[in-house]
Amino acid sequence: MKDYLRIQPPLDDTVVSRLKAGDRVLISGTIYTARDSAHQRLIQTIVNNEEMPLSLKGQIIYYVGPCPAKPGQVIGSAGPTTSGRVDVYTPLLLDKGLKGMIGKGNRSQEVVSSIQRNKAVYFAATGGIGALLAKTIKSAQVIAYEDLGPEAIYCLEVEDFPVIVAIDCRGNNLYEEGKRKYKNFMVTCKEEFKCKE
Amino acid sequence: MREVNVAEVAKAVEKLSIEANCCLPEDVLIGLQRAEAEEKSPLGKEILKQIIANAEIAQKEQMPICQDTGMSIVFLEIGQEIHFTGGYLYDAINEGIRKGYSKGFLRKSIVNHPFLRKNTNDNTPAIIHSEIVPGDKLKIVLMPKGAGSENMSRLAMLKPAEGKKGLVDFVRKAVEEAGANPCPPLIIGIGIGGNMEKTTLLAKKALLRPLNQPNRDGEIKALEKEILQTVNASGIGPQGFGGIITALAVHIEYYPTHIASLPVAVNLSCHATRHAECLL
Repeated sequence: MKDYLRIQPPLDDTVVSRLKAGDRVLISGTIYTARDSAHQRLIQTIVNNEEMPLSLKGQIIYYVGPCPAKPGQVIGSAGPTTSGRVDVYTPLLLDKGLKGMIGKGNRSQEVVSSIQRNKAVYFAATGGIGALLAKTIKSAQVIAYEDLGPEAIYCLEVEDFPVIVAIDCRGNNLYEEGKRKYKNFMVTCKEEFKCKE
Repeated sequence: MREVNVAEVAKAVEKLSIEANCCLPEDVLIGLQRAEAEEKSPLGKEILKQIIANAEIAQKEQMPICQDTGMSIVFLEIGQEIHFTGGYLYDAINEGIRKGYSKGFLRKSIVNHPFLRKNTNDNTPAIIHSEIVPGDKLKIVLMPKGAGSENMSRLAMLKPAEGKKGLVDFVRKAVEEAGANPCPPLIIGIGIGGNMEKTTLLAKKALLRPLNQPNRDGEIKALEKEILQTVNASGIGPQGFGGIITALAVHIEYYPTHIASLPVAVNLSCHATRHAECLL
């Protein structure tokens, strides 16, 4: 495997076009959280032409609803949630300048097309490793929709937050490529008497 | 007759809430270590290493394994000789959840109404399944179940003529449609028989069986193995990035059914299949 690439938001076209599906990336700097309800409100804000609680230009949104921080902790466990639930909102956010998203699971065709059109990137973080990922979060501050509790928008400062490029700006999709590569892998292995990657 | 004060039950549920969310059961951990050794995809291997490292951090620092600390499912086996005192049993269970989720800094993930969707802020109510059994003991099993995998679960009322092949196809499709969403490698709980609600409950209970403890019925055991091989040939792999380990285990539970029915249910569970239990 190739080494980790390192990036820092805000992202521009040059950085985004360097990233390829399957690349392992470490993100440092500022990212924002939003999941279902926060997306709904952001979209409403755009539709009503009101002031946004954050500027989306070049930014990365992380789909997460963290656990509360224990005393002395920055944040509780904070792994990705399923991205597909916000697919319906994503194209508009990308049109408004959003460049990256972190979540888990495949995206709809509409989102993939919007990623290509807007030269954006979709990263996957490993689901179910919230305790490990929380270690890379150095500060966390609610900046909007506090009433939503775990669904509020947080501004996170992260250091070497580990992700994988799942869908790149050319529309290459690791979920589809990976599955194709390993489908019936063991059967093929046995037939060919070689089982080495 | 034996008297059990429900305050004791509340205390036990409080403790189990934290334990279940922070300590991955050992059989699941061993399953993950074995998967890490067997996985052929280098990326899949790395993902499994992350998952194992995360379980160690969670255990050591008493942090939730996953931020989705779930809807709390409580299975009770109530000895019929027990008389509960000091209040209503189900209120006590919810009190235990409330305290455990607050003291353990666990996420509160329950909304009050499917459409109004206001957070209840204490992770209640729990979903409680009670069974009356012989004796005077109370067994409490607490299972926090995240929505990522629960949302990908399926029920089908097959025709009896569809038989085993119908079941295998149904499970394969459920796993393929779920893809990366339920956080593979999965533990797959399958219910066969009974009726609509019975088969889904069997599927959920199947998730509680320790890994590498196949069904005692030889035919069902063979079916568990066949389904495991089928889903692992899908190529989905750890986190859906491709690989040979899509599931760690397939567990089937079955029940007699109607002459006209073949109900089947698949309850998918993520690699963080969590549960804790105690006996009072």
